[in-house]
Amino acid sequence: MAVFSRDEIFEKVKDVLENALGVDPEDVTMDATLIGDLGAESIDFLDISFKLEQEFSIKIDQGELFPENLMSDDTLVEDGKLTDKAMDILRERMPHVDFSKLDADRRVNQLSEVFTVESLVDFIDRKLQA
Amino acid sequence: MRWMWIDTVTAFEDGVRMEAVKNLSLSEELFHDHFDGEEDGLPPEPVMPGSLMVEGMAQTAGILVGSVNRFREKVVLAKVSKVEIDEDAAPGQTLRYEAELERMDAVGASTRGVVRRLDHADGVWREIGRIDLIFSHLDQNTGGRTFPEHNFVFGDNFKQILVSAGLDRLFDDES
Repeated sequence: MAVFSRDEIFEKVKDVLENALGVDPEDVTMDATLIGDLGAESIDFLDISFKLEQEFSIKIDQGELFPENLMSDDTLVEDGKLTDKAMDILRERMPHVDFSKLDADRRVNQLSEVFTVESLVDFIDRKLQA
Repeated sequence: MRWMWIDTVTAFEDGVRMEAVKNLSLSEELFHDHFDGEEDGLPPEPVMPGSLMVEGMAQTAGILVGSVNRFREKVVLAKVSKVEIDEDAAPGQTLRYEAELERMDAVGASTRGVVRRLDHADGVWREIGRIDLIFSHLDQNTGGRTFPEHNFVFGDNFKQILVSAGLDRLFDDES
């Protein structure tokens, strides 16, 4: 498997996001959030997954990169907030994401704020080293 | 009959690629409006709207994607990733949509496509565009919504097109 530095991964991730989201390269910074800053919608995550798979010759399983079916399970969401169980599942399933901000404010809509460009770079980095 | 923007399937490779053609005829109503030129005092210029080429490609690629699971999934167009149309197509010409399955999983699929145009005067197929699409499997959506069990995406008109192309086998094992 090819070895990429984090900078190289970032450059490729940037290409993928420019392509999938039609954003300007200067907007794709490490701390940009995919939904809030770059305007990604749910279907874009499928597009991003497919493009990352191609770019890095890896296989990304469903729900590995972004959480799925969280909202429909009421043991995971109570009164619009993520439960302890949900936080545990997220941390376990997505070690590439920093959930500390979300832990402080667990409103479901805050979930979109934790998916940053950096979380994608981390995800790929881990995946390539695995 | 639902709005069909392909006439027949001309090539099919299971799970890999599909080609469909659309003959453009001056008797089609849209050519009398697109463009009639009247408002601008120009001569009429009947050309195929690019948006309908996207629909033609979506129907071609959608059948290709749907056929993988023998039309059990409700395959809907979710995203138009890329559209480049370089030249017009006019009545008397034929369009060919060539769709290739790029990637597929339980949630959806991505396809790449080339649009070619046959000019009957010289008999040459020329590439005039590229259309890449993303499809979603409606029942596998992440929002937790449910849809009717009946597959309203692939109706009788799609079957009719496949039957006329000799592809009945694709829904033989449909449950």
